[in-house]
Amino acid sequence: MSSDIGAGLGLKPQHYPDALAASGLWFEVHPENYLAAGGPRLDWLQAVRGRHPVSLHGVSLSLAADAPPDPAHLRRLADLAGRIEPVLISEHLAWSAWRGRYYPDLLPVPRSGAALARIAGNVSRTQDVLRRRIAVENPSHYLRIDAHEWDETEFLAELARRTGCGLLLDVNNVHVSAHNLGFDPAAYLDRFPGEAVMEIHLAGHSRDGDAGTDLLIDSHDAPVDAAVWTLYERLIARIGPRPTLIERDDGIPPFADLLREAQRAQGVLDAQRVAA
Amino acid sequence: MNGDLARFQQDFLHALYHPDDAPPGIAALAAQPGFAVYRNTVIKGCVDALQANFPAVARLTGQDWFRAAAARYARRAPPTAVALLDYGEDFADFLAAFEPARGLPYLPGVARLDRLWIAAHGAAAGEPLRADTLAGMPPDALGALSLPPHPAARWAWHADMPVYAIWHANRGGTAVAEDLPWRGDGALLTRPAGAVQWRAVGPGACAFLDACAVGLSLAEAARAAAQAEPDIDLAGLLSDLILAGALGAPRRASPAPAHPHP
Repeated sequence: MSSDIGAGLGLKPQHYPDALAASGLWFEVHPENYLAAGGPRLDWLQAVRGRHPVSLHGVSLSLAADAPPDPAHLRRLADLAGRIEPVLISEHLAWSAWRGRYYPDLLPVPRSGAALARIAGNVSRTQDVLRRRIAVENPSHYLRIDAHEWDETEFLAELARRTGCGLLLDVNNVHVSAHNLGFDPAAYLDRFPGEAVMEIHLAGHSRDGDAGTDLLIDSHDAPVDAAVWTLYERLIARIGPRPTLIERDDGIPPFADLLREAQRAQGVLDAQRVAA
Repeated sequence: MNGDLARFQQDFLHALYHPDDAPPGIAALAAQPGFAVYRNTVIKGCVDALQANFPAVARLTGQDWFRAAAARYARRAPPTAVALLDYGEDFADFLAAFEPARGLPYLPGVARLDRLWIAAHGAAAGEPLRADTLAGMPPDALGALSLPPHPAARWAWHADMPVYAIWHANRGGTAVAEDLPWRGDGALLTRPAGAVQWRAVGPGACAFLDACAVGLSLAEAARAAAQAEPDIDLAGLLSDLILAGALGAPRRASPAPAHPHP
């Protein structure tokens, strides 16, 4: 995605008219919500696309599964991309489908050499079918997996090197994972391969509802946390401005609230442009 | 497939769905508090999707009852499609066999109408049939014509219970009338101007649309309608269906004279 694209928002059905009327923004959707043959949702997306750049952020391609991406789903994704002409298509370093069933979450995988080879093959296959470079996002973590052979930043850098894919850096996911697994989020961001970052995500999180755990959950149901803004400012100061999305998927507030968060991100990007 | 990764995924899912039976390779992970986050998120994602897809069922049963029933369904039947709008294809059958729903015999029918709404909402676009397309056609040509339903039209006749009346009240957020007559009714859902609309229809309209959907001629569809509803006003039915946007552009059922409007 071109880095002259600034801050954007996740597009929610309750905000379609606001999104259409907005200026200077871009919007992101989960393609899985727009796979219907026709109808008002798709009409709205096309109308918004007529006014703004749109990015397709997939949650179900299951790139980290030990199986190639579902060809039927890839074809439908390619069809949607043909209709929408998105500025970017992105996915996750995670799996969510296995043997014909879909599990609506982003499940973890041990970062082994074999996993890297499989995932690189899946990313390449996806890029071949979509005929474009995709961006792969760092997931949120809740488990200590002893079988990891690779640090995540190095794993993603190597994935980008092997496949030519870009990366989507979710700063909230880094904050949540750092809290849950006990690592330094700033150090993680400092070694993240900045040149490959095509987009940044900012989102809110929550505390786990289960008593007795100290976990943060990547729930996308709250404003972006102060600590995440601080990490974001540090990241932008290092790698320069990148398209930045405010993600909100639950507890959707009025459009104006989300707009304020997008404006704050835009302010960080603008300050860096002036400084550069 | 690489054996280790595939095994990890298989074991992970088994532990996700069987908390007390984590395979040895995954037991240490499944014992961490974070494993429950994945377990909860997967089921919550399924339940949220069902609640969004079956709003009339959820309103009828109340949110707590609905989410508990949906979680049972979700644990038994993970989605087969990544488009969660399609999730719950056989949720109506599940409800029909669900012991706690036994007192609500109309619930499966209501669930099927919720599904028809999704199908109408996401169907392909198509030109609706206009009344003036048929005007001036000689009766023979008209009778030989096959009128396909519009791609977004959906209908259902429930012979035993007022499923449509119950569904309609719960989609509109109103109370079901106290004195609701307990007899069958039918539903027609269409998408004439970018939004799904619905109306009550009789058995004749449903039989007519059934016949149209399998490509029978207008004359044969009219016969089917009259059979299902002997006192039906066929001209009125055709005009109502056209007004509702239930019919698509005509095809010829069998070789017939040239169409006056190309």
